Amino acid sequence: MAGGIKKFVVGAFDDEKVLFPAVKNVRKAGYKIHDVYTPFPVHGLDHAMGLRETSLHTAGFFYAITGTCTALGFMTWIFTKDWPINVGGKPFFALPAWIPITFELTVLFSAVGMVLTFCYLCQLAPFVKKHHFHPRATDDLFIMAIECTDKTNPAEVQSFLQNAGAMEINVQEAETGWWLGRYDREQKLYKEEKGY
Amino acid sequence: MSLLKYESQQREPLVDGNKDYHQVTEDIISPIEAKPTRLWYIGFWISVALLLFGVYSVYRDVAYGTGQWNLNKTIGWGWDITNFVWWVGIGHAGTLISAILLLFRQGWRTGVNRAAEAMTIFAVMCAGQFPIWHMGRVWMAFFVMPYPNTRGPLWVNFNSPLLWDVFAISTYFTVSLLFWYSGLIPDLATVRDRAKTKFRKMMYGVASFGWTGSTKHWQRHESLSLVLAGLSTPLVLSVHTIVSFDFATSVIPGWHTTIFPPYFVAGAIFSGFAMVQTLLIVVRKVMNLQDYITIGHIEAMNKVIVLTGSIVGCAYLTELFIAWYGQNPYEWYAFKENRANIFSPYGWSYWLMMFCNVVSPQLFWSRKLRRNIAVTFFMSIIVNIGMWYERFVIIVTSIYRDFLPSSWSNYYSPTIWEIGFYLGTFGLFFTCFFLFAKYMPVIAVAEIKSILKTSGENYKMKMTDIEKADPEKFYQDEVDHAHH
Repeated sequence: MAGGIKKFVVGAFDDEKVLFPAVKNVRKAGYKIHDVYTPFPVHGLDHAMGLRETSLHTAGFFYAITGTCTALGFMTWIFTKDWPINVGGKPFFALPAWIPITFELTVLFSAVGMVLTFCYLCQLAPFVKKHHFHPRATDDLFIMAIECTDKTNPAEVQSFLQNAGAMEINVQEAETGWWLGRYDREQKLYKEEKGY
Repeated sequence: MSLLKYESQQREPLVDGNKDYHQVTEDIISPIEAKPTRLWYIGFWISVALLLFGVYSVYRDVAYGTGQWNLNKTIGWGWDITNFVWWVGIGHAGTLISAILLLFRQGWRTGVNRAAEAMTIFAVMCAGQFPIWHMGRVWMAFFVMPYPNTRGPLWVNFNSPLLWDVFAISTYFTVSLLFWYSGLIPDLATVRDRAKTKFRKMMYGVASFGWTGSTKHWQRHESLSLVLAGLSTPLVLSVHTIVSFDFATSVIPGWHTTIFPPYFVAGAIFSGFAMVQTLLIVVRKVMNLQDYITIGHIEAMNKVIVLTGSIVGCAYLTELFIAWYGQNPYEWYAFKENRANIFSPYGWSYWLMMFCNVVSPQLFWSRKLRRNIAVTFFMSIIVNIGMWYERFVIIVTSIYRDFLPSSWSNYYSPTIWEIGFYLGTFGLFFTCFFLFAKYMPVIAVAEIKSILKTSGENYKMKMTDIEKADPEKFYQDEVDHAHH
């Protein structure tokens, strides 16, 4: 949670075709990409940045089976233990009749759980204040933020980005609150891969 | 290596005109930033007036009881449940477009999904009103919730299709809302970042949840959308299936048929697409979005209409055949005398339904008519009338002649308060839709951007030039690209 002011070199790209080789070269040179902000999901960019796959869908699966068990367990308890109703001698444990509700609760738990997990992981909520590196990151530019460590020379990074094809480069300082996200554990070191 | 993903030049572009990413933002967001037009105000206030009339009709229903309606002991379900099923059916197109077409990788959904999902949510809101106010003693509506209570505790009946409906509709509403809003967040962030005034910045800042566009967030967003689509696909099929169980599990001739679930689902998609057409033909014109909701989009939806309309027609004929073939005299009477006999009290509604739902959509086998906006708009209204009558036919013609001829109730016509309630839901629907169209991006901006370079007209033309210049090299590049 410890905040602190960090320095970022920010480069704006206007074309994916330039962005992809730039991401590759920046990582090759050993700079630490804090993040790349894009106006739409750019397919393959996560792999190019070396991010691991998300396991959100696995969480969704566990929420789903929680829903299944809740529905089945609850209905079984009510109709066999708590208040069994004899309807013409039909079985109390009426599994076929419970399938619709079991299914609905499976879907409900999974959807609600996944959306909440998504919001938690991405720290999305009303009134959350975040540092936005570039106002056009949600319009038409791809914004790469490179984190400066003690060893980084910002001027060097700036000229590196210039060569990589960034159309707009600046240095920004941002408070690294809990919301900023830390992907350094996520990002694998660059190694020569086939393609992007 | 070309980063442009190849799409066959045989396919029509999904975005017309010479667009780049910024132009897409500009085209879709600028109507939100402009002041509402006079036309918007007129439409909005008419909707609010209808809504208020509906509120008054419902108030009378609560104050004086459901005796305000012309229902009687024999016809216990009339306009109310007809309207309920009609609105739920309309609510099916949005999720079909956003979920099933996502799984089938249909690029054209990106132009229409946002508005269709909004339509779904508003339609389900309208649908929910009917069973709730039909309860009569609406202050006891919470009895449908299973919770430990002081009545025994007597639980709700989990074996009853009516309770399944409670779970199905509320789950459907919740999941559709989550799906819709999680897709809206990035686009609301786009509106926020363009906002000029402090107030707008704050409002859209709150609504966009602090979205930044981080690659990791997009990766999770994609995963979320895909799984929600996977969940919504069986969900949307289950909802109308369960609605059909309300009828199919009974022993009323005309309701007691196993064909209902697929027949209801096909009918729901049919009417939902018709409503999407009605709305979007107006929206694209008024908001100047013809480049994003193209004739190609309208044609694609008309294809769905002719397909589902024909499935529905097939179902009508099948149930008619089975009613005869099944040799159950009551079942056959319901079909032969109550419906097919045009001179019976409600025979006209059966044939009106047949004409609107089965005969008229066949026009759409013609490509020329599928691509004609005036014909499409007219047909979308016809289909919605037809689908309203389908539910009316199923409900009223099955019950008005009871097992006991002395209880036959030959004519049921709604009171002004039943009609007022129905008009009120139109008011609710259009009030919500007008607000949505004014304050939120009616087209998924980020999704359009993600298909722009494969399906945009100008990019497709560029691709054609590259392809024609050196086909051999082009082919090799594409193969290399595919191997990456």
